[in-house]
Amino acid sequence: MSKKQKRVIARIALSGLALPLFHLAPAPLRLWLYLAAYLLAGYDVLLKAARNIAHGQVFDENFLMCIATVGAFLTGEYPEAVFVMLFYQVGALFESYAVGKSRASIAALMDIRPDMARVRRGEALLEVSPEEVAVGETIVVSPGERIPLDGVVCLGRSTLDTAALTGESLPRDVAEGSEALSGCINRTGVLEIRVAKEFGESTVSKILELVEHAASKKAKAETFITHFARYYTPCVVIGAALLAILPPLLTAAPFTPWLHRALIFLVISCPCALVISVPLGFFGGIGGASRRGILIKGSNYMETLANTQIIVMDKTGTLTEGSFTVQAICPENIEADRLIELAALAEAYSSHPIAQSLRQAFGGEIELGRIAEVTEIAGQGVTARIDGTMAAVGNAKLMAQYGIQTEVPVEPGTAVYAALETAGQWSYAGYIRIADTIKPDAAAALASLHKCGIRKSVMLTGDAQAVAEYTASQIGIDEVHAGLLPEDKVAWMERLKTECTKSGTLAFVGDGINDAPVLAQADIGIAMGGLGSDAAIEAADIVIMDDRPSKISVAIGIARRTLGIVKQNIWFALAVKFVVLLLGALGRTNMWGAVFADVGVSVIAILNSMRALKS
Amino acid sequence: MKKTFKLQDLDCANCAAKMEQAVRKIEGVESAQISFLSQKFTLCAPDDAFDAIVAEAIRVCKKIEPDCVIVL
Repeated sequence: MSKKQKRVIARIALSGLALPLFHLAPAPLRLWLYLAAYLLAGYDVLLKAARNIAHGQVFDENFLMCIATVGAFLTGEYPEAVFVMLFYQVGALFESYAVGKSRASIAALMDIRPDMARVRRGEALLEVSPEEVAVGETIVVSPGERIPLDGVVCLGRSTLDTAALTGESLPRDVAEGSEALSGCINRTGVLEIRVAKEFGESTVSKILELVEHAASKKAKAETFITHFARYYTPCVVIGAALLAILPPLLTAAPFTPWLHRALIFLVISCPCALVISVPLGFFGGIGGASRRGILIKGSNYMETLANTQIIVMDKTGTLTEGSFTVQAICPENIEADRLIELAALAEAYSSHPIAQSLRQAFGGEIELGRIAEVTEIAGQGVTARIDGTMAAVGNAKLMAQYGIQTEVPVEPGTAVYAALETAGQWSYAGYIRIADTIKPDAAAALASLHKCGIRKSVMLTGDAQAVAEYTASQIGIDEVHAGLLPEDKVAWMERLKTECTKSGTLAFVGDGINDAPVLAQADIGIAMGGLGSDAAIEAADIVIMDDRPSKISVAIGIARRTLGIVKQNIWFALAVKFVVLLLGALGRTNMWGAVFADVGVSVIAILNSMRALKS
Repeated sequence: MKKTFKLQDLDCANCAAKMEQAVRKIEGVESAQISFLSQKFTLCAPDDAFDAIVAEAIRVCKKIEPDCVIVL
């Protein structure tokens, strides 16, 4: 709690405690005593009101409170005037405390900003602020510390905790040559990192900037409420004036009770509850999402995401890993282990992704001494002498050269065939099927998307029809369009958009690398695997930091929940204000009710907003 | 040049919006953003007039919300 807040508490307590004693004082003294208590409780409100009027700002909260309480004094309601001022101050105090608290908890969530970098300059190790480190310098990061700038590990081995960026505490192993991203926490060993990007360009700064500026892209609900606030206050004030003047004039009733009712109007006329709780709700939702590794670039995107009806997804890199792995080994007259060993050895020198996947599946050490006479035949494969035996590893064309008939595997993918020479005779040794793997949580992701009410899921891919259909059937996608060029994808998006109802939206999920036009075309673009990819962060409206498609339904869930909370706040505040206005006009409430409708509602709305933070 | 300042004792969301409007009206300001929630003031203005604009922004903000301090 700040000093200012403590001072206000002291003043409230003092005048509040003194108040009951005033009844004992003789009648002529009472006015002065109440006035003293009133000034003690609310002198700052009076001052602010006077100052704001001097600056030409009439309809502010302070001024309205002043008229209301001074009016109460003039109508002879001394205790009420003081109580209302006290109650208002308590409410305002609680409001500022609650806002400060919620702001701090959102800030704590996003507290990934590194405080210092330890940089090696000459012989010395200097602790400097991350902004002062230049590209090419070497920084040292000890275990337990946060990596301050993006770079490449030049010395040391460690595991990194990426939780701050991805929301998953899956450790990432790094060694010399690996990329180290700022914002990760170094877990086990000392690392020396050559800085590759200055602080402002580093991942951590980009993410922070994005989340901080997210609140400036306003959602429809937010724009609505600011517009509403602009008209609300003057309308209520005019209503108050009419209430004070018209009924007494028309019915010859006494002025005082109507003036009192008008004052109640003034107290309720401040739109603060609305103005603050709506953006705070969105901010909480954005903060909560970023903790789970989902960056939402604006409150408006949260609104669009919550209304998603059709979800369109790219295949490679989004639903599949985007890398080749060995799916099956089908040997012929040979051990399976032997077949994969032969293939891996034969492809030992190749950098082709298929060769890499073969070596990875083999897993063992590749002894180059066992391999000789390697001949690469472009577009066909490779032949080599392995442990003294000639082997051919490649596609069906290569096999045909050795007079070998091959079988075509039933499941989609690429088949790598192998043949061996024994005593001048080539014999077939079987094949290894290689394909892109479906991400482990892809099926679950689709299931939960359908469960949360997505009308249709569509896969658009440049891949062949058979592969696409196979993948779709594995994970439960409703509609598949394969063999598409980027411009075909855009055309399909247009067509699919017409299938959405008026309030529904279409979301596109891609890996952000080559689908920028499609991302831009969709109502909302979601990029996957944003960790370390600037292109994805730039192009999309929502970035999922890790590679898991199951985060999409999580994001939709957060968006819907946040929007729900914001709507609750709007309706609750409007309803309470309207009811109290009505009761006030009918003379059925006092100023207490009015103050509750003002600050009380603000506080409740703020507390409600904080629920958006938790998911 | 674009620079971000911290704000202290910015207590009211409505004032933040008013301050933002007022700063945008200062001549030479390319863009201005006051975020009530992150308590930050981001100003974009030409280099040669920057300091003068910052001084003017401080003056204007002081007028709207005297309690709020822009930390330089």
